[in-house]
Amino acid sequence: MANSELLSLSNVSKCYGQDRVLKQIDLTVQAGECVVLAGHNGAGKTTLLKLILGLIKPTTGKVSVRGQNPTNKNSIKAKRSLGYLPERVSFYESMTGLETLQFYSKLKSEPIDRCIDLLETVGLESSAAKRTVSTYSKGMKQRLGLAQALLGDPDLLLLDEPTSGLDPTLRRQFYDIIEQKCRMGKAVIVCSHSLVEIEAQADRVIILNSGSTVASGSVQELYQQSNLPLSVQISVQPSCTQRVEQTLSDLIIPIQKSAVTENSIIEFSCNPEQKMELIRQVASLGDAIEDIQIKPPRLDDVYLHYTVSETPSRPVETTPGIPL
Amino acid sequence: MKAVWILMGKELRDGLRNRWIISSVLLLGSLAILLSLLGSTPTGTVTANMLDINVVSLTSLSVYLIPLIAFMLSFDALAGESESGTLLLLLTYPISRAQIIFGKFCAHLCILMLAIVVGYGGSACINILLADGSSSGGLNYLWMMVSSWMLGAIFLVIGYLISAAVKQRSTAISIAIGIWLVMVVLFDLALLGILVADQEQSISQNFFSKLMLLNPTDMYRIFNLTNISSSIETYSLAGSADVKLFTLFDLCLAFILWLALPLTASIAIFKRREL
Ligand SMILES: Nc1ncnc2c1ncn2[C@@H]1O[C@H](COP(=O)(O)OP(=O)(O)OP(=O)(O)O)[C@@H](O)[C@H]1O
Ligand SMILES: [Mg+2]
Repeated sequence: MANSELLSLSNVSKCYGQDRVLKQIDLTVQAGECVVLAGHNGAGKTTLLKLILGLIKPTTGKVSVRGQNPTNKNSIKAKRSLGYLPERVSFYESMTGLETLQFYSKLKSEPIDRCIDLLETVGLESSAAKRTVSTYSKGMKQRLGLAQALLGDPDLLLLDEPTSGLDPTLRRQFYDIIEQKCRMGKAVIVCSHSLVEIEAQADRVIILNSGSTVASGSVQELYQQSNLPLSVQISVQPSCTQRVEQTLSDLIIPIQKSAVTENSIIEFSCNPEQKMELIRQVASLGDAIEDIQIKPPRLDDVYLHYTVSETPSRPVETTPGIPL
Repeated sequence: MKAVWILMGKELRDGLRNRWIISSVLLLGSLAILLSLLGSTPTGTVTANMLDINVVSLTSLSVYLIPLIAFMLSFDALAGESESGTLLLLLTYPISRAQIIFGKFCAHLCILMLAIVVGYGGSACINILLADGSSSGGLNYLWMMVSSWMLGAIFLVIGYLISAAVKQRSTAISIAIGIWLVMVVLFDLALLGILVADQEQSISQNFFSKLMLLNPTDMYRIFNLTNISSSIETYSLAGSADVKLFTLFDLCLAFILWLALPLTASIAIFKRREL
């Protein structure tokens, strides 16, 4: 459906003086999509959001939100259907949480009696809502920030590192709200450094590196595109270690110079294409093998793969693998 | 248009909370009362044209204070919000940049008006009571209040211009203090210097008085002192210009220009600003 396209950026670049902060970005977002923007510090994520919001103008290229240029005069009304949570959200310190939300609610021409419910949704108790924002903790400000972003049930939510500085329960709540919004057909763009956390919600991940898109696709596609080695752990009968290592030597990836053997456990990496071959070989070894675990690369490693030019040395696995 | 009202309401509430309104009312009121009491001591009794004497003393006081209060209100209207990050969020709401400036302007005008009406007005009431209900000179006093407000309005918009042009409130405040010094003190000193140096009177009186239109504080002084010049000897620099050289029309035109130019300039600069 062409008319479900909420946002499109074509060939957008942004320069600050000599610095090209964003380079030829192309992006379209449909209603109901959750897009995660990832990338190192200074990759240009916040800049991209500001372009979408019309806070800054692209140096070249075209941004259009529902077919309108966000820096245009007549797009001011269209801002009613946008929700934004800045990365360092700040409010008027002398106002209470509730007053703050009511002020923003009035600006969006929304009924102010929904504000209390909204504060409840984001987990800000009414006692806190009556205090001035200057007394708020970081997490409380963040919740208030989310509440104002959700005002008027916007079609496009832009959240810039929404969970930084939040405790784990609150993070979960944040992601649940995001998921719920997507299911209701709203588009959400989230900047995040923690892909693992938002993996389940992300329909699409876009990884920026120094202002260029280096990867784009679903989490599954990113795994495949990255072609990172699997990590394998085999428990071997103590007497058979030598034989097993020899049989499998072809499959052990050269960069991992030699397999690590400790307490009759062999650990090594293996190319994803050779996975089935590995399993066949292991099966042929019969009783010599006591157990095998094959773990896919962690999402963090995939992320590092795209953001760091050199392939990083793989740290010791901590996530549970897929037991076979 | 509605957005202007909403922002104005918020700014007014901020003004009350931050004690802006109260402190400026107290400042203007207490100084006005103090001056009128001091003015009445030499004769020991309150003279009939007490209010006229007050206009003279309050005029020379307001020339310093009103621009200061106006700058205090306006210098960080945009720079402060930009520095604290609240502007970023505000601009993602359906409110235009011009509306933000207008909303703040309306609120600050109200705050100034309140301070002048309560502070100066209250002092006038006390004077009228002391003069057994005689309110002669009341009209001049009223005009002094109105023109004080207008002077304040000019310095508000100059404040927005500074605030829109710089990024940090520290820069904004130093520029504001600089402009205040130039307009309130140095400009007159410079004029005086020219006047003293120009013994042969090669500069025409006419040109000289037009020069004063370049400074809103001089316009303010001239306006108020000529209003009462029939009854009181004037001694400030403003008195040295032949007042008949400019008409009310000149004054109004200068006022409108002083208001409109900085306001449009600040909106234009603010519109181009990137966050
Ligand atoms: N107003 C500005 N003037 C000059 N350079 C800027 C400006 N704003 C951002 N930049 C530069 O643009 C680049 C991208 O910044 P941006 O804030 O978009 O990064 P980011 O991806 O959001 O980083 P982070 O993860 O730290 O939030 C940075 O190198 C930054 O220094
Ligand atoms: Mg950022």
